[in-house]
Amino acid sequence: MFKILKYSFYDLIRSRWSYVYLLFYLLLGFALLFLNENISKAVITMMNVITILVPLIGTIFGVMYFYNSKEFTELLLALPIPRSSIFLGQYFGVAISLSLSLIIGLGVPFLCYGLFQSDSMVDFLLLLSTGTMLTFIFTAIAFLIGLSNENKIKGFGYAILFWLFMAVIYDGIFLISLIIFEEYPLDNLSLFATLFNPIDLSRVLILLKLDIAALLGYTGAVFQKFFGNISGLFVSFFTLLLWIIVPLFLMKRKAGKKDF
Amino acid sequence: MINITNLHKNFGVNQVLNGIDLSIKKGETVAILGPNGSGKTTLIKSILGMVRPNSGEIYIAEKNVKNKWDYRRHIDYLPQIANFPGNLKVKELIGMIKDIRGNDNTREDRFIEIFGLKPFLQKKLSHLSGGTKQKVNLVLTFMFDSDMIILDEPTSGLDPVSLISLKKLIASEKEKGKTILITSHIMSFVEEVCDKLVFILDGKIYFNDTIQKLKETANEENFEKAIAHLLTRAYV
Amino acid sequence: MIQRVLFILIISTNIVFASSITVCTDCKYRNIKDALSASQQNDTIFVQKGIYREYNILVDKSVTIIGVNRPVIDGENKGEIIKIIADGVTLDGLFIKNVGRSYTQDNAAIRVTESSSFVLQNLILENLFFGIYIEKSHHGKILNNEIKGNAVEEYNSGNGIQLWYSESIEIKNNSISKVRDGIYLEFATNCTISNNVSFKNIRYGLHFMFSNNDTYQNNTFDNNGAGVAVMFSKEILMRKNKFINNWGAASYGLLLKEINDSEITENLFQRNTIGINIEGSNRVTYQGNDFISNGWAVKSRGACYTNRFLNNNFVQNSFDLSYNSKLNDNLFENNYWSEYTGYDLDKDGTGDIPYRPVKLFTYITNRTPEAIIMLRSLFIDIINFSEKVSPIFTPENLEDINPRMKMIRHD
Repeated sequence: MFKILKYSFYDLIRSRWSYVYLLFYLLLGFALLFLNENISKAVITMMNVITILVPLIGTIFGVMYFYNSKEFTELLLALPIPRSSIFLGQYFGVAISLSLSLIIGLGVPFLCYGLFQSDSMVDFLLLLSTGTMLTFIFTAIAFLIGLSNENKIKGFGYAILFWLFMAVIYDGIFLISLIIFEEYPLDNLSLFATLFNPIDLSRVLILLKLDIAALLGYTGAVFQKFFGNISGLFVSFFTLLLWIIVPLFLMKRKAGKKDF
Repeated sequence: MINITNLHKNFGVNQVLNGIDLSIKKGETVAILGPNGSGKTTLIKSILGMVRPNSGEIYIAEKNVKNKWDYRRHIDYLPQIANFPGNLKVKELIGMIKDIRGNDNTREDRFIEIFGLKPFLQKKLSHLSGGTKQKVNLVLTFMFDSDMIILDEPTSGLDPVSLISLKKLIASEKEKGKTILITSHIMSFVEEVCDKLVFILDGKIYFNDTIQKLKETANEENFEKAIAHLLTRAYV
Repeated sequence: MIQRVLFILIISTNIVFASSITVCTDCKYRNIKDALSASQQNDTIFVQKGIYREYNILVDKSVTIIGVNRPVIDGENKGEIIKIIADGVTLDGLFIKNVGRSYTQDNAAIRVTESSSFVLQNLILENLFFGIYIEKSHHGKILNNEIKGNAVEEYNSGNGIQLWYSESIEIKNNSISKVRDGIYLEFATNCTISNNVSFKNIRYGLHFMFSNNDTYQNNTFDNNGAGVAVMFSKEILMRKNKFINNWGAASYGLLLKEINDSEITENLFQRNTIGINIEGSNRVTYQGNDFISNGWAVKSRGACYTNRFLNNNFVQNSFDLSYNSKLNDNLFENNYWSEYTGYDLDKDGTGDIPYRPVKLFTYITNRTPEAIIMLRSLFIDIINFSEKVSPIFTPENLEDINPRMKMIRHD
């Protein structure tokens, strides 16, 4: 698996798109810091970008890489290596190179603007780690969708639809159910609903760390109580991890049964 | 060397392999022929473990290959369409396949020579023509010197000079006593290279014997006509 | 004017007849109590540098006590330190510390009871329960004092300056920190509070209850539990104050509860969770204020009628306005809203299309507070936009028809 990972990774970091992605984050980072001159404000804007764009790019990139490397995958399949290591290797290659683009692309501008002197350091690290988690999650889902759909167009469509669901539609349903059940105590419901959407979960984790959390009022306090302590943080990171592990497990199973 | 019993495979409603029984002995060079969609490639892929059969067994060197991968160490496979990661250079690709197979005991230099690939070694794969890619494909296949070779349409895109080199190469591998499986559309190539012939139609084997025997049965000296005879007989 | 001349006359005549007494560690009078009992009406007592361990000092004559080189009066946590029950008392230049904490009595560093014409100035109060407690008194001045508490929790701490049933008190140039309420007014009328700095207090920087016709201006309320609470009062003038950094889950710069006929002019509200929280307040004019970087600039919790918002700047607030009813009886005009995206084709300085300060999301969170957890979600941005384009849920007529294109400079 590590050999495949190595080569996928080398292949990707030489691809034009990785540089476009990296450059995008570099520009974004510098632009935000240049315009704001205030790291914690830049972190907030960055959060919006990370919770929406990172999943989208992970999805598109993952599904694109999967279909584009189809023939190469077939070549590998005839070699004496287990199937699961081919796909896991490719997956980690994509996820790691995307994460690196993110970390370097955002990290460099923040370092240039004196991150270490700022107390936003923890926020920033949280931002990068959730961004990385989201990259791993959505790339895994993209690979799973790719594996399940021979048809490239269909696979692409499903992947985008999945992103759209998590980024927008889920929140719509969530909000409507909150309004329908407004007579009931809703804190636990919303806690639950947040926990099961990686985008929402990341957004709330970052929000709670920023001083904007004061706006969340009583509901925020409930969330703070849950996510603020070690076990809550553990639960949320475990859930995010589950979002990586479950698709990977399904991917492995699917790969084992599939004909090429 | 290869023993296949009662192999079935369907893709949805499409029954591709419908009870294949096939036995190939060590040292034989066998051509698998059949019209488009007859199941040739599916059969080869089943042997390689890329397609999972619905039922039936495949034994290679007396071992069942189901859910195994290690046996592929002893097979060199040339896939039909070779599309490589475009960002890699030819030399890197060769190095990479060697690395992935974990086998350094290779003889790629000779084949690079034979197919005249030296000027292309530092080129990126995305910049190569189809024929050159096929040559790279051939190098990747032959360089490992395994006991069994499976070639899926090896001649596609090759220029006449390279084709002659390929024929010579196959002949020399044959002499070493290797088991070789070939699919091809070029009848003259098959006639020249192979000893035995497996003819598949609608997922079943219609003929499995030497080329000489085919000609005798069909009462035709011309190989292509003999094949055509086989086809008409099958459809009657 | 005549009053003032009379007042000066009285004072100067007093000086003529009065004598002075000195207190120091090796003088005839070694503590203040002794000096007080020896003093006559209108005497001046000079307290020299030193530490005087005394409490329950009763000032029952109109005397002037002046600290020379800042003497320390240490109450040793035993009870109230100075109590004034006579008119015309002045305290100046003392350092008073260690007031006794009690759950049954509101012990103060200085208590003024049923007196008038007092002056408390240049004092430093530390480690206190209540700082300056004025009850049933009038016409006094509290100037240039520094009150520094060490309050941690609300239930066992007192207020910095407290007025109760008092009238015409001037509170000016004081610095008050780390007490429960910086300044607390209950049934206090015609008071002026100006140029004070009230910060890091547990509850409010300034707190009004049932106090009418008061003015506060040029004060800074920084980083308090909540900035200023004005409740059940009327005709309050609030000018040029700074309400800043009141940031926390239930925090706000200014709370108005049952406030009528008041004026809020040229104040700065910056970095508060809620700039102004309004409940049941009518006929209040908000003019020329700056609302910058607040969570909610203005949060109206209903029953607010005929209020007017004119010429204010709303800059980079998460929400400019929160409103919990579909009815609107308040006027918004000529304000600058940094979120305004309209245009000004006729170049008259105001936008050609109205600005609608209430977002759909604010409306939803008012109905279902739990929905706030979706803050900054993409879905929310989308519905906010669609509501902006065609309002369905938010009050139709709640809009600024002449939104400014540029920020208003207040001088």
